[in-house]
Amino acid sequence: MFETLILILDATMRVSTPLILAALAGLFSERSGIVDIGLEGKILGGAFAAAAAAAVFGSAWVGLIFAMLASIGLALIHGFACITHRGDHIVSGVAINTIVAGLTVTLGLDWFGMGGQTPTLSGDARFLSITLPFADALADVPVIGLIYSELLSGHNVLVYLAFACVPVTFWVIYKTRFGLRLRAVGENPHAVDTAGISVAFLRYRAVIICGILCGLAGAYLSTAHNAGFLKDMSAGKGYIALAALIFGKWKPVPVMLACLLFGFLDAVAVRMQGVSLPGIGEIPVQAIEVLPYVLTVLLLAGFIGKAIGPKAVGRPYVKERA
Amino acid sequence: MSQAKVPVWVSIALIPFINVMLAFFVSALVILALGEDPIEAAGYLIYGAFGYEEGIGYTLYYATNLIFTGLAVSVAFKAGLFNIGGEGQAYIGGLGVGLVCLWFDSTLPLMVIVPIAIIGGALFGAAWAYIPAYLQARRGSHVVITTIMFNFIASSLMVYLMVNWLKQDGRMSPNSRTFEESAWLPYMHELFAPFGIELSESPLNASFIWALICCVFVWILIWHTRWGYQLRTLGTNATAAVYAGIDNGKVTIWVMLISGGLAGFVGLNEIMGVNHSLLLNFTAGYGFAGIAVSLMGRNHPVGIVVAAILFGALYQGGAELAFEIPSITPEIVVVIQGLVILFSGALENMLKDRIEGIFIRKSVA
Repeated sequence: MFETLILILDATMRVSTPLILAALAGLFSERSGIVDIGLEGKILGGAFAAAAAAAVFGSAWVGLIFAMLASIGLALIHGFACITHRGDHIVSGVAINTIVAGLTVTLGLDWFGMGGQTPTLSGDARFLSITLPFADALADVPVIGLIYSELLSGHNVLVYLAFACVPVTFWVIYKTRFGLRLRAVGENPHAVDTAGISVAFLRYRAVIICGILCGLAGAYLSTAHNAGFLKDMSAGKGYIALAALIFGKWKPVPVMLACLLFGFLDAVAVRMQGVSLPGIGEIPVQAIEVLPYVLTVLLLAGFIGKAIGPKAVGRPYVKERA
Repeated sequence: MSQAKVPVWVSIALIPFINVMLAFFVSALVILALGEDPIEAAGYLIYGAFGYEEGIGYTLYYATNLIFTGLAVSVAFKAGLFNIGGEGQAYIGGLGVGLVCLWFDSTLPLMVIVPIAIIGGALFGAAWAYIPAYLQARRGSHVVITTIMFNFIASSLMVYLMVNWLKQDGRMSPNSRTFEESAWLPYMHELFAPFGIELSESPLNASFIWALICCVFVWILIWHTRWGYQLRTLGTNATAAVYAGIDNGKVTIWVMLISGGLAGFVGLNEIMGVNHSLLLNFTAGYGFAGIAVSLMGRNHPVGIVVAAILFGALYQGGAELAFEIPSITPEIVVVIQGLVILFSGALENMLKDRIEGIFIRKSVA
């Protein structure tokens, strides 16, 4: 029983990693007032760029850099439309998701000729799991050994990075001058402008950070969690991350907890397949899969607390002219 | 910058046209980057879509779905609501159509099944839009996010229903049984045959006529009824609507019901018209493509028909293109779709001010 629980939690960490990275990405963007439905597209674009570059250069790290570049590029398109040209944030996000869904398959087929996939990655082209020090030595110690060697050790570097990003995000958002301004621009861009700080530049920086984090999430999917790019491999993770962002009320630690909850549900759904519970019978997998979405809807409706986002989110900022 | 001095044709025709051309131009660059000739590609595309009768049939068959989802998006858009849930509403609407066919196909004649199926599709699609609409109107949750969530819920629900309840016994693939022929919408080539008009066979069926009827219905509803006026007022200025005594919540809910109902009609074409059985994933992204169609058609039924036929042509021509030039996948259509959404939606202000500026200066001088 205990071992099963540890294995589920271990899977939870792995499934949650891209969600945490993407949700933090969305946090930076939305805290600055830019709605980001394009998380999905940026993850998918990052995943493709990472796998393609890793396959060509044989290095996962090169793949990671390309993932971030691709994702930043998409983020800048979003910024160009929403910040510079005051376009509708949601329309722009939908456009980016659509373009990436088509472009990754088209380019994949042209470059690798494998039906839109990239070649299977191995060796240095993948992020492999890291065994933490003493993991093997401690493995036989009851309880702690299992927690340490199974749950905490044996993940790849991006998993640890994702969890490290949470306190860093907290620090940036709440403890730095940039963070203060970022929060201010999402609540009241006018005040920020009056203080002589460029709204556009702040928002562009937020959008770029969003791109970097989505790139990491994408690279994780294709070069760490899987060994290559598959068509539509992001499979709604961007939307789940968006749900987690709302669920965590745009705050770093609650957002991480929401990601872990959704990841946990995912891990349980896999385990529950065909398992009959005493008294209830077999719970359909779909019912568990659908929980994050249902929970988010209930939260938005105010049935389980109220989710209130940054005030100026989604509104274009028009500088007043005298 | 005063709006009044800009000629009407500039804002309703020239600017959208230039935006779409920009999208096509970037698509051409993508094809160029794949090492193919965009002009040659366009040639295959146009021939595939319009060059022969069967191709035209396919083009209009795809356009049928896009008219339904395009109308769905635009009705909501007119009221200032962004319905991203067309995909889920079409999916559940198709379930409604399929259930009607499964229940009545051996007992009732086609002429009776058709209206019931239309009502079934509309009711199921509308029901799926009702919950996000209600939550937006009464509980203040944003319809964009809830409709996205409902797309996923719809897709899980359908998998559950298909696998556990509707799947044909003894088969591996999650399809329902094939309907009796009395529940098949007639194909266009069958409809026209009694009049001595010979059309080549294609999946184009009677639902295309229903799509055009829906366009007229939407046009009357939005521009020629009191309710349509309320809807447009809500979309233009929600605060003013309140002062005009319009019940915004009520209008919001009704708009979304109509939007969802229209999206639900995709099932008529796909389930009743072509597949003749309930199956998974028949919506195939039409709900999202509806966004591009609606933006390109400027939320007007006439524009939507034109845009839907153009996108239908891209689907059909894209398939032809992929056949002729294997390095180009049908997914290039998805890229073009995305670019159209980007340029005519998100970047619509990019050229607007400049072009309008040219015409304003001219009228001053």
